[in-house]
Amino acid sequence: MKFMDEYRDEKLAHKLIAEIKRTVTRPWVLMEVCGGQTHSIVKYGIDRLLPKEVELVHGPGCPVCVTALETIDKAHAIAQRPNVIFCSFGDMLRVPGSEADLLVLKSRGADIRIVYSPIDCLKIARENPHKQVVFFAIGFETTAPANAMAVWQAKKQGISNFSILVSHVLVPPAISAILQSPDNRVQGFLGPGHVCTVVGYREYEPLATQFRVPIVITGFEPLDLLEGTLMAVRQLEEGRAEVENQYPRVVQRDGNRVAQQIVESVFEVCDRNWRGVGSIPQSGYALRPDFAAYDAERLFDVGAIATQESGVCISGLVLRGAKKPHHCSAFGKACTPEHPLGATMVSAEGACAAYYAYGRHLQPQDFAAKGQPS
Amino acid sequence: MNDPASLAAALTSCPLPIMDHKEVVLPHGAGGKLSQRLIQNIILPQFRNEFLQPLHDGAVLSIHGARLAFSTDSYVVNPLFFPGGDIGDLAVNGTVNDLAMCGAQPLYLSAAFIIEEGLPMDDLWRIVQSMRRAADRAGIALVTGDTKVVDRGKGDKIFINTSGIGFIPEGRAIQPGRAAVGDKILISGQIAVHGIAIMSVREGLEFESEIASDTAPLNSLVEALFAASNNIHVLRDPTRGGATSALSEIAEAAQVGIRLDESSLPISEEVKGACEILGLDPLYVANEGKLLAFVPASDADAILAAMRAHPLGRGAAIIGEVVAEHPRFVTMKTRVGGTRVVEMLSGEQLPRIC
Repeated sequence: MKFMDEYRDEKLAHKLIAEIKRTVTRPWVLMEVCGGQTHSIVKYGIDRLLPKEVELVHGPGCPVCVTALETIDKAHAIAQRPNVIFCSFGDMLRVPGSEADLLVLKSRGADIRIVYSPIDCLKIARENPHKQVVFFAIGFETTAPANAMAVWQAKKQGISNFSILVSHVLVPPAISAILQSPDNRVQGFLGPGHVCTVVGYREYEPLATQFRVPIVITGFEPLDLLEGTLMAVRQLEEGRAEVENQYPRVVQRDGNRVAQQIVESVFEVCDRNWRGVGSIPQSGYALRPDFAAYDAERLFDVGAIATQESGVCISGLVLRGAKKPHHCSAFGKACTPEHPLGATMVSAEGACAAYYAYGRHLQPQDFAAKGQPS
Repeated sequence: MNDPASLAAALTSCPLPIMDHKEVVLPHGAGGKLSQRLIQNIILPQFRNEFLQPLHDGAVLSIHGARLAFSTDSYVVNPLFFPGGDIGDLAVNGTVNDLAMCGAQPLYLSAAFIIEEGLPMDDLWRIVQSMRRAADRAGIALVTGDTKVVDRGKGDKIFINTSGIGFIPEGRAIQPGRAAVGDKILISGQIAVHGIAIMSVREGLEFESEIASDTAPLNSLVEALFAASNNIHVLRDPTRGGATSALSEIAEAAQVGIRLDESSLPISEEVKGACEILGLDPLYVANEGKLLAFVPASDADAILAAMRAHPLGRGAAIIGEVVAEHPRFVTMKTRVGGTRVVEMLSGEQLPRIC
């Protein structure tokens, strides 16, 4: 496919791998921030093509994974109300709350619908004037403009039976939290390509300077990831710590101003609780007071919900890059995509789920042949 | 059953199945691991027998020396009418194909309709006409049937069940367990077309060119393959759950490893694009007019040529082989040269957020 296959070319991939091998002289730990990047890396087996000096650890950038259990329980409480049509992105449906997941609630009679865009919810709201249509607004800066636009449009069009349950998270505070954690191993970042498409990468420049880490804004295709890795390794080898843009075909330094404006007019920055990590100050979006009428949390008064996470799960360490999925004693055993114990197994984007989906829970002895997945 | 001994016997012979779900959820019907578990834990324990055991697309029965294939399938597609077909031809082709995948020549079909009151008579007429055309095309006769009408809200417009029987000629032995090390794996054309056709209508997605379902009767293609060689080990039409589910089941049944080559998978540009947009992996998307064939390497070229000479097999390709390594697992050499395991999904493939 045009503009896609070019970035999955085997010959070019091997050129980049050879160049990384030539450049690297000692061990480095890089973190790819986005769940989409983790997914690609494991799907294409990219980490296994890299020289052993370059270790990729997987970051916190899976919005489904880091949505707090408490928020998921709130979503479930709202979805079970009579007269509610609860809309969500597809991969939230399988994420278990304390008691069930949205698929189970659907089987019990809740009206739960998968949408591809929050704007679709406005149509559903117009077609069902006697129902309350609630959208589960999760995601990083990437999904914020569309979610903000849905609310803005609802206000403009006078749609009063639409609201959103907001659980937006922001990347830079998470990077900062990772770098400040005492067990941090990360020496360089493959920055979030699609987040930066929206917000640009000015915000990342002080992080690179303050913590002396290279941040390479990177795309999602195999060649993007390999080139991003090469650029980060080059910086580390040369002792530089800058923000570089591997993904200029999409990302500009200032990002998308129009998208930023709609986000700023609807959302304000707030503290946010991250599943597996805990509360990070100023790391999320909440609706501005002007848009309080569209806040599902207020509308449905779901109140405080107490939750209990599994004791074995190490997803917090996985999200900070301190551990890898297979370091967890529950991985692939007590904890599987059908029965996730924690954040990173719940979505296909999560590091544990990606490892599982691509067979990395299998033991080396399952594979007699050399070079097979272990 | 009052005495403790018989109570204990009843409990041990018929244990309460350990199920993860207290209720049936949609992914139980998606052809992935949950579907498998539903069959293994709830259905098979009650009906274990030699005919059911191979878990093939149909049962192979010997009656007075004649070998017959017997299969059944229900159709619950939404929307009823979609580009390239409708629930009617899907219901005929699906059972015809299940029989053909047993190496049988489909002969007779039954059809049962569960109709929700309020279904426009015009729709029913269109569906039945389309079934008749599909039956004519496959060269089979619809010889018995049933109709039921249920209250509004108790069904979704119309559900159709078809069952069929077919005759298996001498010398054909098709079974998932026969996949053997060294076999080449052929696919008869581009994958993931049906699933994407349905999904784009359901989601109201529009692409530059319309993606039409590949629903088709595969019995004439199967006959063309047998005309080229009787040496075919396994046939399977990778419907719900996609190519991955079919291949995983075969690897499991034959206790062999399967190795695919990603760059050899035939996928149309439109389907690739739709999958990228929807965040889906074409390996897990349904097909309704494609078959997988496991054949010895010595016969692979002849069978591939026979496939390509048939109108329904023009896009055929060899996509992988059966290996002794990593039994029960399907692995794939990725486009950039890495390797990964291709796992059966737990349930439905859900569109990803980013």
